[in-house]
Amino acid sequence: MSLTVSPPGRSGPAPLSERAAASRTEFQDEQRLRAARRTAAIDASTRLPVLVYFASALFWLIMGSVLAILASIKLHAPWFFDEASWLTFGRVRPAHLNTMAYGWASMGSVATALWLTARLTRAPLAYPRLVAGSAILWNLGLLAGAIGILTGSSTSVEWLELPPWSAPPIAAAFVIVSVSAFVTFARRTEKHVYVSLWYILAAVLWFPWLYTAANLMMFSQPVSGVPLATLNWWYAHNALGLWFTPVGLAAAYYLIPKVIGRPIYSYALSVIGFWSLALFYNWNGGHHLIGGPVPAWLVTVSIVASVSMIIPVIAVAINHHMTMTSHFSVLKRSPTLRFVVFAAVAYTLTSLQGSMEALREVNRITHFTHYTIGHAHLGLYGFVTMMLFGTMYYAVPRLTGREWASATAARLHFWTCALGVVLYVGALSIGGWIQGMMLNDAETPFMKIVETTIPYLQARSVAGGLMTTGHVIFLGLFIMNLTGFGPRRQGPLTWDERADSAHRGHQLTRPSSSSMSLKETRV
Amino acid sequence: MSDHHANGSAPATSERLSLMNYAPPIVLGVALTFLSSWLGLVLAPLVQIGDQGPIPTLEGGLDQYPNPSVGRLELGRQVYIENGCLYCHSQQIRPEPFGADIARGWGPRRTTPTDYIYDKPHLLGTSRTGPDLTNIGARQPSAEWHHRHLYWPPSTSPGSIMPSFRFLYETRKIVGEPSDRRIVDFEGVPEHLQPPPGYQIVPSEKATALVAYLISLDRTQDLPVAGAPTP
Repeated sequence: MSLTVSPPGRSGPAPLSERAAASRTEFQDEQRLRAARRTAAIDASTRLPVLVYFASALFWLIMGSVLAILASIKLHAPWFFDEASWLTFGRVRPAHLNTMAYGWASMGSVATALWLTARLTRAPLAYPRLVAGSAILWNLGLLAGAIGILTGSSTSVEWLELPPWSAPPIAAAFVIVSVSAFVTFARRTEKHVYVSLWYILAAVLWFPWLYTAANLMMFSQPVSGVPLATLNWWYAHNALGLWFTPVGLAAAYYLIPKVIGRPIYSYALSVIGFWSLALFYNWNGGHHLIGGPVPAWLVTVSIVASVSMIIPVIAVAINHHMTMTSHFSVLKRSPTLRFVVFAAVAYTLTSLQGSMEALREVNRITHFTHYTIGHAHLGLYGFVTMMLFGTMYYAVPRLTGREWASATAARLHFWTCALGVVLYVGALSIGGWIQGMMLNDAETPFMKIVETTIPYLQARSVAGGLMTTGHVIFLGLFIMNLTGFGPRRQGPLTWDERADSAHRGHQLTRPSSSSMSLKETRV
Repeated sequence: MSDHHANGSAPATSERLSLMNYAPPIVLGVALTFLSSWLGLVLAPLVQIGDQGPIPTLEGGLDQYPNPSVGRLELGRQVYIENGCLYCHSQQIRPEPFGADIARGWGPRRTTPTDYIYDKPHLLGTSRTGPDLTNIGARQPSAEWHHRHLYWPPSTSPGSIMPSFRFLYETRKIVGEPSDRRIVDFEGVPEHLQPPPGYQIVPSEKATALVAYLISLDRTQDLPVAGAPTP
């Protein structure tokens, strides 16, 4: 039931299960109603900034998808739009990465982090209008940056390609976001600091610091040569490990227990997972330079740290899995949970894969190949993107007061994206591995390798088409939700396929209705 | 193991007393772990290899290796950067037997930090969708070859998936004598991309600079430290 207006106060998150619905007393109902009203008021304080950040994120998701498809097609059909300098592969690719990383994933993560901060501290979000304003600054900075990359002002430093006029506004906007999160935290009325908040506090401290330090050292200091490469990969890997990962995990730690109505399995594992991530993740960067002209100790330290990442990853995986145990049937009903669990599994897989890839013997094969690109997408798409979708499915209706307009569209969204990313990662992992084996055999002519990879690159374009289809569907759902299509939220929601109102695709059920969880519902 | 709620029911005593309920220990802890990695992965390499200078290559120190890219070479480097060549081409040679870089003829030895002291930003690259370019100048010193290749890659390298960079070239009417910088050989170039009669294809300043930069890429100089075997 508590897919509803949210954390039902001190009585514990109410489960979607029929048992709980049956045993509920009127007193508990009353308590829950009051808690729900409190949460609704807190949600309301985040409405403007969170929706502005989510909407911006979606805009960049579509832009990034178009650039992605262009870049992908160009790798197996190089004549595709090759007349104009601004559409050449070497510009479209970084434009894709930067719009996705700093537009879609980062702005979506900001919205997620702020929404969770207000909820978990039980305090209204600080400076909501200022935060919403920061999104404008961010968007303008990124737009100018993306155009800059396409018109020839890319720095060609991977993950830091945005030209010098673009990074400062984004950093400034981020500082505003961080200040808002910390001030909200300082005004908290909830004494218990939930695990998601640890991750968010860490992330909003780490990222602006990291981003500013990396940009300053890279472009305004008299440093040159190989030390820039170690700086580059210290930054780029930390953007994943100290920004997207903690926010993604914060969302998982919040949404899984929330949707299934059950506490997180182990506090101890949460603590171990958090601190081991903080300790090991930021030392991983050197594994991007294995075999390169860098000090051997640096590479070795990074390999050790990469393998040590198994500790936080397994801790989180066990914690989430044990929380989910015997509740997997909820996956059929809840779009949020489907995306979130998919993302959590992808996190475990991509992290373990990353630990293996850092080993010298594996890296000897995978380095410089498309395998790495597949791995990156398992992380940034399978984990981060799917987690953001899951979060939006949960948060947006609670902010707009409208439910999603179509269950069928949501289902299509899930399956196009899920199949898309599986095909993407599968194709590039196999193709990349073969490419690496061939590269290491000096007898194999280079052009033979190029030829061999082409079918895998074509499969990647198909995968990109599937994912983009899902993005467009979700954009449609989001716009409909914002513009008042879709049923008004009255209480907790389950997706009900059997709904007599076939044109609506689903129906809402009130907390007191015993019918809600008896129906076989799927999304 | 105690329950752990998403803002739900009252936490167990151990959780209520946990330091994880306070900002200072969390903020201090994550700040320290972050700083430690900056010291290790950023500052330490800077101290260790950041102050290397060029080495004299002729007796009496008359020449040095490496040399900074200046003038046209620097412009060429900028063209390389703005068009994102490094997304497909690396500039680093790994030591044997770590990969087949040397066996493929991409370089006679592994590269070392000395090879890159003037590179800002660095262009080591992380992808080999195309071949490594560490020593492309030594391997392919012909400017004419590079221009043909950039204008229409399959003309010199059948099967290549490199994009055409013909936006760096100009179609100009021949007035008087044709330019001696024009592309002469159009074998393998599709008809519609060949110049119409009375016209010629000449490299722009950027194309000329890019080719000059590519030809300058030669890190075959003997370096004593490059013998070190550790990957």
